[in-house]
Amino acid sequence: MRQRAVTKHDSVIQRTAPVERRVDAIQAVLEERDVKAAQALGELRHLAQEEWIPQNGARVVARAWVDPAFRKRLLADGRAAIAELGFSMPKHHRYLAALENSPTVQNVICCTQCSCTAFSLIGLPPDWYKDLEYRARVVRESRTVLKEMGLDLPPEVDVRVWDTTADTRYMVLPERPAGTAGWPEEKLAGIVTRDGLIGVARL
Amino acid sequence: MDGTHDLGGRQGFGKVRHAPDAPAFHEDWEVRVNSLYALAVRLGIFNMDEYRHAIERMEPRHYLTASYYERSLTGLATLCVEKGIVTREELERRARGSFPLSAKSAPGRTNVPARERFEPGDRVRVRLDYVPGHVRMPAYVRGKAGVVVSESPAYPFPDAHAHGVEAQDEPTYDVRFRSEDLWPNSADRALIHVGVFQSYLERIV
Repeated sequence: MRQRAVTKHDSVIQRTAPVERRVDAIQAVLEERDVKAAQALGELRHLAQEEWIPQNGARVVARAWVDPAFRKRLLADGRAAIAELGFSMPKHHRYLAALENSPTVQNVICCTQCSCTAFSLIGLPPDWYKDLEYRARVVRESRTVLKEMGLDLPPEVDVRVWDTTADTRYMVLPERPAGTAGWPEEKLAGIVTRDGLIGVARL
Repeated sequence: MDGTHDLGGRQGFGKVRHAPDAPAFHEDWEVRVNSLYALAVRLGIFNMDEYRHAIERMEPRHYLTASYYERSLTGLATLCVEKGIVTREELERRARGSFPLSAKSAPGRTNVPARERFEPGDRVRVRLDYVPGHVRMPAYVRGKAGVVVSESPAYPFPDAHAHGVEAQDEPTYDVRFRSEDLWPNSADRALIHVGVFQSYLERIV
């Protein structure tokens, strides 16, 4: 899909350099300007692919399920609570709001103007989260969009959509599924999905 | 600016192409772009508000057809040119082709002078502000009434921070709107929470 969009653009404006060559150009400029750039780019690549992963958010959720005092702290001040588990957020994300689902409330997060997320907890967002369709539609046609994505909510469940317009970040706190009593925290973390943390799925 | 990027509530878009295991990156150059813009922020070449605004300033047809990471690349390159890190000519020479950049920025603005402190439960309205530069008020809440749910810590004021304009940090309010107030008779029923900067809000008395 993405590739097709790029190709279409290239055919409209002749002689536009292929996107990879444009990336090469700006990368070369930054690397020539700063001797440490190449190393920093390696670190950032590692963070984006190996460290900022949805398993972080899953561990936060599992802890909140088994530890009511932690859950309370998470809801009161998310940033401080995740630090207890060794997680952090970029400096400009000054506040983390954990959004509690219940049998009658489903929270779902989005960013209509760009594609902001709590990426250090949820991971860099999946492609569909950044697509124009999700950004345009989820605020206005929430229930319809969720149904199309496989989450058919009964009418008694209220939908709350959170548009990430400032640098406060959101993470959905899903309900603990029935039949998981006595599970160790690690096993619980294993059933928390990225879609659950974004709020487009219930566990 | 009322730009192409401000998509919330726009109609005509089709189904979300969703998959539970959807990747964040499709190609390696996308990972590189993600690291490059983050590096530029780390190096202090630009801040996140400047970055977002540089993407918003993309030519609308380019914005709509570019992938997410091509938009990111365009914002990054635009700011590197505007900040004097590199010229457009050099980028195009290196890329061996034209390198589309974003349009020039309009002036920013500082905080609204008469700002109010709100409490949870306060009824507020989003001001009818039409701003030529960067603004983080999605157009779908402009002029709309909602209820304050909570207050966030103070953040740099984006309308200023994206333009190098002096301004005070200010809190954002989590404001809850009803979808039927935002799009009467034309939306699924839901509560829509938006982080609204203090300068964008006025009290309903």
